[in-house]
Amino acid sequence: MQRSLDSTLGALADPTRRAILARLAQGEATVGDLARPFAISQPAISRHIRVLTDAGLIVQRVDGARRQCRLAPEALSELDQYLALLRRALEANYQRLDRLLLANKKRRDSAQ
Amino acid sequence: MNKMKLETQGERYVVVTRRFEAPPDEIYRAHTEPELLQQWLLGPEGWTMPVCLVDVCPGGKIRYEWTNGKGAGFSLTGEFIELDPPRRIVHVERMHLPEPTPDNRVETTFVADGTGTLMTMRMTLPDAETRKAMLSTGMEHGMEASYQRLESRLANTPETACA
Repeated sequence: MQRSLDSTLGALADPTRRAILARLAQGEATVGDLARPFAISQPAISRHIRVLTDAGLIVQRVDGARRQCRLAPEALSELDQYLALLRRALEANYQRLDRLLLANKKRRDSAQ
Repeated sequence: MNKMKLETQGERYVVVTRRFEAPPDEIYRAHTEPELLQQWLLGPEGWTMPVCLVDVCPGGKIRYEWTNGKGAGFSLTGEFIELDPPRRIVHVERMHLPEPTPDNRVETTFVADGTGTLMTMRMTLPDAETRKAMLSTGMEHGMEASYQRLESRLANTPETACA
């Protein structure tokens, strides 16, 4: 359970992979469809798709010469989604706090 | 490494740990002084916290109000239960979406770690209904916007290496 949560959260940690999931939430897509909005290479997209597949978030099927991807049913539980949202909000906050601490330190150092 | 760790503990709690490069008293102040809180406790990019009221004593009230400057906003109220500067803060909080979510008890501790501080925050895992309410708010306020930003950024960048 813990391991599967980790791989899910790991898969969700990347913005490109989150965007792929957002696209798949609208329906099935080929690897080419998924690569198009990103202006990154197809091998790079394929790597992201493999991570998402390994985490059980998406499933693929062969349709003639093409591979179709879709969201795995129930893969992303509402709990996982909530934790991912929480993680993202906290990370944004703490990165801002890091910058605030650094700015305060610089101000103190230059006042000496 | 100052990487954040977020874990569930049983079915009832979420535990977050994060290291900061400043001593505990500075991190404690960042969690209790409005002029500092307003600079970082903001959630998704583009949001501000025009109202930040904290009465820093046991029983003292907390009120945060956020806005995205485009008419959307939500608030959080709470009360401090225990304060042990600069080591520990225990408070309860609820979000107003606008219906208040069930009370969430949050325990935050700050422990010196070399020249920095290790923060541990333990909070109650909201029930499924509350999570759903937060998700729909979060989707609306944060996630969609960040997907759009990502897509417009990538569309304008020739070959990016974000694998």
